Amino acid sequence: MAKGKKEVTIILDGKSIKCREGENLLKVAQANEVFIPALCYFDHVDPPLGTCRVCTVKVKGKYTAGCQVNAKEGLEVEVMTPELLDHRKAVVEMLFTEGNHICPLCEKSGKCVLQALGYEMGMETPRFPYTFPNRVIDYKPKHIIMENHRCIQCKRCVEDVFTDEGKPVFYFQQRGKETFVAVDYEQEAKLSYEQAHRAMEICPVGTILLKEDTVETPGFRKYDKVPISEKLPEKEAKHQQEISPAEVKKKVVATVSLAGCFGCHMSMLDMDLNLLDLIEVVSFNRSPFTDIKEFTQRCDVGLIEGGCCSDENVEVLRKFRESCDILVSVGACAINGNLPALRNWMPLEQTLREAYLETPTIDTTALIPHHEDLPKILDKVYPCHEVVKIDYFIPGCPPGGDHIYKVVQNLLFGTDFKVPYEEFKYD
Amino acid sequence: MKIKERTYLLDRLWELQNARGYLGDADILQAAAEFGISPVDVEGVTGFYHFFHRQPTGKYTIYLNNSILSWFHGFDRVKAAFEKETGAAIGGTDPTGTFGFFETSCIGLSDREPAALINFHPFTKLTPQKVKRIINGLKDGKSPAELADTVEEKVQYKPEEDKTILLRDFEPGKAIEKLKEYSPDQVVDMIKEAGLSGRGGAFFPTGMKWEFARKAKGTVKYIVCNADEGEPGTFKDRALLNLLPGLLIEGMIVAGYAVGATEGIIYLRAEYTWLLPKLNAALQDYRQKGYLGQSIKGLGKYKFDIRVQLGAGAYICGEETALLESLEGKRGEPRLKNVFPTDKGFLGKPTVINNVETFCAAARIIELGVEKFKGLGTEKSTGTKLLSIAGDCKRPGLYEIEWGIRLGELLDLCGAEDTKYIQMSGPSGELISVEERERVISLEDIRCGGSVMIFNKQRDLFTILQNFSRFFTYESCGLCTPCRAGNPQLLHMIERMMQGKAAPGDVEKALQWSAIVKHNSRCGLGQTAPNSLEQAIQKFPHLFKKKLVRDDNFNREFSLEKATEAYNILTHGKG
Ligand SMILES: Cc1cc2nc3c(=O)[nH]c(=O)nc-3n(C[C@H](O)[C@H](O)[C@H](O)COP(=O)(O)O)c2cc1C
Ligand code: SF4
Ligand code: SF4
Ligand code: SF4
Ligand code: FES
Repeated sequence: MAKGKKEVTIILDGKSIKCREGENLLKVAQANEVFIPALCYFDHVDPPLGTCRVCTVKVKGKYTAGCQVNAKEGLEVEVMTPELLDHRKAVVEMLFTEGNHICPLCEKSGKCVLQALGYEMGMETPRFPYTFPNRVIDYKPKHIIMENHRCIQCKRCVEDVFTDEGKPVFYFQQRGKETFVAVDYEQEAKLSYEQAHRAMEICPVGTILLKEDTVETPGFRKYDKVPISEKLPEKEAKHQQEISPAEVKKKVVATVSLAGCFGCHMSMLDMDLNLLDLIEVVSFNRSPFTDIKEFTQRCDVGLIEGGCCSDENVEVLRKFRESCDILVSVGACAINGNLPALRNWMPLEQTLREAYLETPTIDTTALIPHHEDLPKILDKVYPCHEVVKIDYFIPGCPPGGDHIYKVVQNLLFGTDFKVPYEEFKYD
Repeated sequence: MKIKERTYLLDRLWELQNARGYLGDADILQAAAEFGISPVDVEGVTGFYHFFHRQPTGKYTIYLNNSILSWFHGFDRVKAAFEKETGAAIGGTDPTGTFGFFETSCIGLSDREPAALINFHPFTKLTPQKVKRIINGLKDGKSPAELADTVEEKVQYKPEEDKTILLRDFEPGKAIEKLKEYSPDQVVDMIKEAGLSGRGGAFFPTGMKWEFARKAKGTVKYIVCNADEGEPGTFKDRALLNLLPGLLIEGMIVAGYAVGATEGIIYLRAEYTWLLPKLNAALQDYRQKGYLGQSIKGLGKYKFDIRVQLGAGAYICGEETALLESLEGKRGEPRLKNVFPTDKGFLGKPTVINNVETFCAAARIIELGVEKFKGLGTEKSTGTKLLSIAGDCKRPGLYEIEWGIRLGELLDLCGAEDTKYIQMSGPSGELISVEERERVISLEDIRCGGSVMIFNKQRDLFTILQNFSRFFTYESCGLCTPCRAGNPQLLHMIERMMQGKAAPGDVEKALQWSAIVKHNSRCGLGQTAPNSLEQAIQKFPHLFKKKLVRDDNFNREFSLEKATEAYNILTHGKG
């Protein structure tokens, strides 16, 4: 594009860089191994859409979208300052809380740009509360499904998907936080399989899904092993100290599974030999591992699996908060509600009616179960940190045993650790 | 069938809606066919503007203003009265479909709140008794037009006669008569020299803007008047349209002549539909007098005409590039800032967009001369400024002030007593404490776009912030993440504080989140939305401290009682 244009020098974070005049900053940065995140940018759409705002940089002290900046002689850009890194991360976090992103059941997981940015930025849990908006999935189009819960309103599909006759297929509807993408069914039906496939590909998240598509195997997807910045963080800790049992006082750990599937607990058992090391230096108090049902002493660390879906979950979680110095949300369910939270955008009544009163197998005695011994179902599933203060978060569904082990070791003994890229996942 | 030009889509949608009271599926299909576009495209447009409805809105459609001034002057009582008298709950119609009742953002009647529009006719200073009378009148078969209030403009203050620029006596045609004496280049120079800057709030030098457009290539150029006046609290453009429509028309002719444009468009907010007959009459009058049309008296072959485009309810359409999109019959999404409208504006042609007051001032500069204008005001802000003052003061209304007046003087002029806060330039402007009386209204200090809202000691700061934040959340166009997703989070935070559920870290969070929304948003709306929250935290930290609870490891916002309420009702039939 910028070929033939004259060469200019720009300054990127204090470093002089040569590039072609008029070249987009995102591309210049990429060529020079400086990673500026982007969700809506396409190199062939000019001017760039400028909707997602995850690419903010500073030019002459002024905040501006990186994708809107073109190279010219003497241009000075700040990219990697702590403030800008945090702002860009915040915008990504907003997107996670604005929609309903349940990565473990998302077809795009592992290939999703939003998710990859979460990994890149080390987002454990967003700083903003989840909003669990009620959105509608559209199954009506011929080739695709619109999974609107995950749409980030980047406008790519609206601006870049056309039929052979040049007719658009996608349109924005409503405004503000109600904005969503609607499909012109008539035009969508005219897309070829390849065109529909391309629509799915240009959607940076898992909204546009091809009906005939298959899901790739976890571990082999685009961002499973290689980060979006293509820069792998250092694999191993600089010095992973050995902890010798003689030196340390035994620490006490408690664990619990609230609205979870025990998968995280299975993962904890998956620490393999590490578990033997751990048992040398910690003892377990209240935990399914010990079958101790009530706290018998104060604990150093409490590991929480699962979010809160009933009053009993809340009571247990509060008890944990009172009895543990440090609380850790382990796994996606504790962090954002995850699968159980699939009901969060419907009124409780609708969920319970569907489950107990309107199923094909009901008879005249059908009722919504309730008894004084039964826990009461909450209006929605709450992430643990929306009920009590949570000190640390370990994402994953489930997180790897190693990951949990390292975090726990760090919390208890202050050992350094590094989580390798493959271990930091939301699914 | 001939395919219609998309620029007329909004007009056509208004026609269809006015015929039926709402836009039915058939209307959408009809419009789509006429304009040769997809019905989904049409719905994308209707859904963007809050005055377009896809459901019936009653024979009488009532829009009650929900701005902060309305809240503080009886919104709740008036709302209850409307609901009682009409039988329509807010957001819908009564069972018979006679009345539709909705909330709406500021309707530009802040000096007489609470106010409402019924079938777009103004009803001001509402009380429950008055609401009863109005609704009974409608039920008796009177028309909204008969029952509506006349909006008499109250000019509360202007400088002595020879220092008054805008609100002095007006003789139609005077500026145009003078225009003959100058070449277009000279006119641009005069506006530059007079130091006129945009009165819509951004204060961009008007002469420079006109020069860009004059120099831009192309034979087709446009003059657009921004009469969208959406900033809550302001009504100075309404007053100009109401009092001096001719002055605006002359200002637009001056601009057209200077840049070489042949068409002018006034983008009038739908809230001011009641001003449309007056405006059209004035245009007609100017055409008859030979000041508009195929040739303009005294200007040789120069031709210029003006039409009015009605908006349809969207604050963002006051932003100049969103306004252009709207003029083109699209969703009012702001464009990127890498191209100036003076290069590529309406339909890609060079376009000058100015505020109503800016055009009026330009006409006066031609009429009165550069020296007169330049001799007034301060170094950076020459001339005078119209202010709309409302809220807790004895004399709300229109003020023409010379730039450079102290805030304290202004407060005395309008009879503000017991004042605590002053919100300058609307929610997106600056929150000022009464302690700052010595500050000066000028471009050097308080750059006031026109809205001045005064709040006394009884007013709750958090209610003000909540109202503003709701406004931005509702009016965000939704195109960019920080504004669309960030404003609701700021609103949530403010409400958390109001309910006494905030924790100590929350004030820092509110500041951090504000900075994120400000610095990452795409247009002025998002970039200014957190201003008042930030300033409130900086200027009144003690009020925030009072709202905090102890940080005790439990999230105060979560209530087990509330969370189990729905289940209890479902399983025991009780709460
Ligand atoms: C969200 C937003 C709303 C605006 N609303 C208005 C408005 O209602 N009227 C107006 O004249 N300018 C408004 N502006 C400013 C316009 O973008 C533009 O600067 C102005 O119309 C230019 O005219 P001027 O130079 O004569 O002020 C708004 C800007 C933003 C960002
Ligand atoms: S993988 Fe799916 S659920 Fe996860 S962030 Fe991407 S779109 Fe959202
Ligand atoms: S559907 Fe996908 S491509 Fe389209 S706006 Fe939503 S996230 Fe972007
Ligand atoms: S800041 Fe962004 S979302 Fe807000 S109005 Fe401007 S473009 Fe729209
Ligand atoms: S990549 Fe720059 S705004 Fe989306």
